[in-house]
Amino acid sequence: MPHLFGKTKLLESKIDAFLDHTSEVALLFREAIKDYLDGRRAEFEERRKNVTDLEKRADELRLEVERQLYVETLIPDSRGDVLGILEHTDEVVNTAKTTLMLLSVQRPEIPPELNSDYLELADYGCRAVQELVMGIRSFFRGSQVVTDYVHKVKFWEKEADKVGERLKRKIFDSDMDLANKLHLGDFVVHVDTLADDAEDVSERISISAIKRSI
Amino acid sequence: MILLFLSSGLFLGWSLGANDAANVFGTAVATRMVRFRTAAIVCGMFVVLGAVVSGTGASDTLGELGAVNAIGGSFMVALAAALAVMWMTKAGLPVSVSQAIIGGILGWNVFTGSRTDMTSLARIVSTWVVCPALSAAFAAGFYVLARLWISRARIHLLELDALTRALLVVAGGFGAYSLGANNIANVMGVFVPAFPARSFHVFGMIHLTHAQILFFVGGLAIATGVVSYSRRVMMTIGKGLFKLSPVTALIVVVAESLVLFVFASERLESFLIAHGLPSVPLVPVSSSQAVIGAVIGIALVKGGRNMRFGMLRRIAGGWVATPAIAAVVAFLGLFFLQNVFGVSVARPVPFELTPAALEHLEREGVPVDGIRRLEGIRFENAHEFKVALDACGELSPDVLDCVFESAEIDCFEVDPARIEGLDPAILTEAQIEAIRALEWHSYQHKWEFCEALARASKAWAFLPETRANHLANKRLATRLHYVYDTFRLSDCREEPGGRR
Repeated sequence: MPHLFGKTKLLESKIDAFLDHTSEVALLFREAIKDYLDGRRAEFEERRKNVTDLEKRADELRLEVERQLYVETLIPDSRGDVLGILEHTDEVVNTAKTTLMLLSVQRPEIPPELNSDYLELADYGCRAVQELVMGIRSFFRGSQVVTDYVHKVKFWEKEADKVGERLKRKIFDSDMDLANKLHLGDFVVHVDTLADDAEDVSERISISAIKRSI
Repeated sequence: MILLFLSSGLFLGWSLGANDAANVFGTAVATRMVRFRTAAIVCGMFVVLGAVVSGTGASDTLGELGAVNAIGGSFMVALAAALAVMWMTKAGLPVSVSQAIIGGILGWNVFTGSRTDMTSLARIVSTWVVCPALSAAFAAGFYVLARLWISRARIHLLELDALTRALLVVAGGFGAYSLGANNIANVMGVFVPAFPARSFHVFGMIHLTHAQILFFVGGLAIATGVVSYSRRVMMTIGKGLFKLSPVTALIVVVAESLVLFVFASERLESFLIAHGLPSVPLVPVSSSQAVIGAVIGIALVKGGRNMRFGMLRRIAGGWVATPAIAAVVAFLGLFFLQNVFGVSVARPVPFELTPAALEHLEREGVPVDGIRRLEGIRFENAHEFKVALDACGELSPDVLDCVFESAEIDCFEVDPARIEGLDPAILTEAQIEAIRALEWHSYQHKWEFCEALARASKAWAFLPETRANHLANKRLATRLHYVYDTFRLSDCREEPGGRR
């Protein structure tokens, strides 16, 4: 049996590594936002660099997995679903990277009274991604708990939406000039996108899980 | 001439490969779990191996075609069956080669005026229902178990894929092996006595008998059919009826194999009887019908949605059409073969109520007063005899069977030269001794010869017909057929020369 699964195990480990990177990127994203809000720029840049590296590795892993699935015609029945899940998960990682990059380049000035809301928004996005990663892992194991994780992803996405809306209202109710308001509002959308992307992938896995049932 | 006759056997082999191979690899190929090329290579190799290593030898009943008593007839029956199967294969429908052959034999029976074995007919019809139903039940059960196991075992998608793939190839290999072993007799069996090759050693190690060489050639014909033309039927099985997932593809193959094993395996039956276990009744099963039944079983457990009933109707129509087409083609072909090409397509089997036959009937408890007026009249075939019997009044089917069996003229002479040629691998020493004791004796009826053998030795006596003795009696009947074929006189109108 070990020999039979030799190649398979290698592929499995690549998928696992890809998911580990995704999870780590989400955690780093939250910490980087915290550093940015607290004014620790050097730490922020360090974490941003980590996220960029992890994104690159996750990309490579995804391409290797996709190539192997095609070349060896593995999982013919669910190949399309698996590739879709991996590609969209990669977009979650990309969103985190891009948001941190924009923060680094544009350096928006966030009033301290909005810090906790931005942090809360980043935290909910991170939680949604963590639940998503668990959901994907259980999808591969054919477990029934996929729907539980999907449900949790949706929950955090809704929470993030609420915080996003609240934050936007606070921004536009303030005395800042319009350019600043628009700039900060734009960053609310960027940070919130992480949870939205996670929700998109979770919808895919819930459909794929139904198809996966033999 | 034998090579010309052999061509129809090879054609039948090709048809078998093109159609029946789909039963073992169809679901695997259609779900893209096994490439067609891999499936064709594995299937071709194992079919040839099965045919050569486990192909039923000349000692066993030579397939269904053994019923046809002249090689010209066998040629035409095989050709008709092959044509019927080829037609169905072109339409992408999975059918049963053995049913096509039975259809061909029915055509031969009608053409030659022979009696039609009603059990064969009943067999065709019953398999259309019994076999898919059994297989559907098995597949449904396995499906439920597999679903339970997969949800409990939490096996990774990729591991499940690798495991399913490996099992599909293994199951397909076994399936192909038994396909070759079980069907080679249908394809080549009838040509064994006439095939001119001699046995020889391959690289001084492997000994091939002349039957095995013939089976090897037949196996190659089946393999060619697999490689060249089986893809379409494979797609019908795996996709045309109901879209299968890889795991359900495997369940279909396993259910089919198990149905064939449990309900068609004499070895399993003899094993169960030998160990005092209740045996499973042997019912006629066909692998094509088992596969379709299994697919339906799974489709039903999954709620019956997405099932293509139009395709199901087409497949069922194909099952009915195959023996019918084979019968018609055989009938027409035999007509041309006999009347245009002057080829003998049947050994005449006359009937006569000889005094011995009437006496035998009386001993069996059959009332003979009504039919005594036919005593001494020679009827050229079963049909004429039946017409004459009908004129004597109505007889029950059992009595009719008994009368036909007793009145059939089949002449034998126990020629010492032929005794020397008897195969000790087929007959026991005691059985050969009993035959020696009957040197130069001759008989007009099969039952006469059989009774004489039973009197000469217990080794030739049938045991009381109980479940436990069933297989032993079946083996004895097979050996008797071998002895009949060995000592049969070619022309019954000659007076047998020896003393009685």
